[in-house]
Amino acid sequence: MGDSSTAPLLSVRNLSKRFPVGKSFFGKPKKWVHAVNNVSFDIMPGETFALVGESGCGKSTTSRLINRLITPDEGEIIFDGRDIARISEKEMRPLRAEMQMVFQDPYGSLSPRMRVQDIIGEPLLVHTNMSAGERLKRVHELLEVVGLSAAHGERYPHEFSGGQRQRIGIARALSVNPKLIMADEPVSALDVSIQAQVLNLLRDVQEEYNLTYLFISHDLAVVEMISDRIAVMYLGSIMEVAPNEELYGNPQHPYTQALLSAVPVPDPEVEKKHVLIEGDLPSPTNIPSGCPFHTRCPLATERCSREVPQPKEVAPGHFVSCHFPGKDI
Amino acid sequence: MATTEKGSASSGFAAGEELPRAQSPVKQFIKKFLRRKTAVAGFIFIVFILILAVIGPNITPYDPNAYDYNAILAAPNAAHIWGTDEFGRDVFSRIIAGTQLSLGTALTASILGTAGGVVLGLIAGFFGGLIDSFIMRVCDVMFAFPSILLAIAIVAIIGPGITNIMIGLAVFTVPSFARIIRGAVLEVRGELYVEVAKSIGCSPARIMFVHIFPGTLQALIVNFTMNVGGAILSASSLSFLGFGASVTQAEWGAILSQGRNYLAIAPHLVLFPGLVIFLTVLAFNLFGDGLRDTLDPKLN
Repeated sequence: MGDSSTAPLLSVRNLSKRFPVGKSFFGKPKKWVHAVNNVSFDIMPGETFALVGESGCGKSTTSRLINRLITPDEGEIIFDGRDIARISEKEMRPLRAEMQMVFQDPYGSLSPRMRVQDIIGEPLLVHTNMSAGERLKRVHELLEVVGLSAAHGERYPHEFSGGQRQRIGIARALSVNPKLIMADEPVSALDVSIQAQVLNLLRDVQEEYNLTYLFISHDLAVVEMISDRIAVMYLGSIMEVAPNEELYGNPQHPYTQALLSAVPVPDPEVEKKHVLIEGDLPSPTNIPSGCPFHTRCPLATERCSREVPQPKEVAPGHFVSCHFPGKDI
Repeated sequence: MATTEKGSASSGFAAGEELPRAQSPVKQFIKKFLRRKTAVAGFIFIVFILILAVIGPNITPYDPNAYDYNAILAAPNAAHIWGTDEFGRDVFSRIIAGTQLSLGTALTASILGTAGGVVLGLIAGFFGGLIDSFIMRVCDVMFAFPSILLAIAIVAIIGPGITNIMIGLAVFTVPSFARIIRGAVLEVRGELYVEVAKSIGCSPARIMFVHIFPGTLQALIVNFTMNVGGAILSASSLSFLGFGASVTQAEWGAILSQGRNYLAIAPHLVLFPGLVIFLTVLAFNLFGDGLRDTLDPKLN
């Protein structure tokens, strides 16, 4: 992880996306939702990179931009040495074998009219020339890998529970040996007891197949368990990027500090300082000037509302976009 | 669903561990459908009519086209249970023999029209934008005509005859199916598993036919069934108006049309074909209603 001598598998540069809302009579959008603003990060081969942030901060949009389910307005997405931000849908399709996704909703993401073995084998059918028999053999292997049995392949998704469906989703993502797996809130729809199982599974298959993860979550406890490096997003921008222990041990951005103080600690003896952020999340149609967090930041000064803070490296691999990093709130 | 999660804290499930097997969707469907008595009655009648259409000409008590000048316009009696027409032909035999033509016309027209509507609806719903607007506006124009009038216009242009009736009926079936399928496509297209299919790398054609089309089948089957009933009525109406089957052909609408000249002295000539048309259309509508109610998850 974080080794500067190897080239990143995925490199996102100044990525931006805005969506039109409300059209005037002549079809011109009245307003724009700025979902992702000037986001940049690198993911090294073999690491788990997490994007955390509250709902609506643009995490999922970022993953959909990378997979080109939506087309970015600006910026570059360099995947395996090639900029894929502007290539056509036709050129993109074969590349999707290299970057598979696991989705949040295990109920909606599996087609209800297909058998599990057809669901898992679909990427193989689309991307490889394997015969039906070879595909089935591979599907049976994958079912075993994710902790189901080959016999389950004959069933339909509605016969499985949420955790089992998520395993099916993971098996599908693994089928074509992708380099990158983007997991968009893969466990947030599951019971807490099942979450740990699925996270363990993700970690096991990462070791076995040498996978790289982009892991998206709003749950800091989940992220702490699985990630190597973490980026904190707020209103479409990245506030802070740091290795796991560094971020949890030494948060520099006031927003990260506030987020971490809200994580419950399962020990009543521990004295915790609670930082309350005042005010509501600003609307993404109307992003504050300067630092997007300045409207709610207890440390904000006049400079914060004027100037967009650039990422500063405060420790090796630890970047903060704040004019006053490290100040305790 | 949550009760089926048996895994312990460690990941993994014992090989071959049994999940409670949900009842197969087909069995569930049949069970639910059988509860709707009127729909079952409609279904049985449709099966009966279909069998008649296949074997009808071979089991008629009389040759449907044989003249019998000794029994002209005979009222229903023991020899001719539904009476005879102005040439002494047995009405019962003619109606049985006519099943093939009447049902065949309606089914062919419905299948052709549905196929066209499905293709247009899929294209409109899937691609959206200008193509969608264009297809739907053309359909709106077609909707502006009363459907039977449109069929008459088409038949008037291309000439009378059974084949042309089928074309006319098919043409006015297309827009309603295009609209229904487009709606169903829009609904399915928003489902997550369709986005997932794209993220996997499926081609647009595969997404359209493998992932979206099966989701529209329910709407398709229900509306097809209903449409056949309407098509039988329309085909008979066109024949009644003299645009369809020639007077020598045994076809329900044509039999009715001829009979109207003798309404005052031989009402059975109109009564029986009318009754058969009525029952058949009713059966298709009841069956379609039952299918719709059974397949609609919101009603269960």
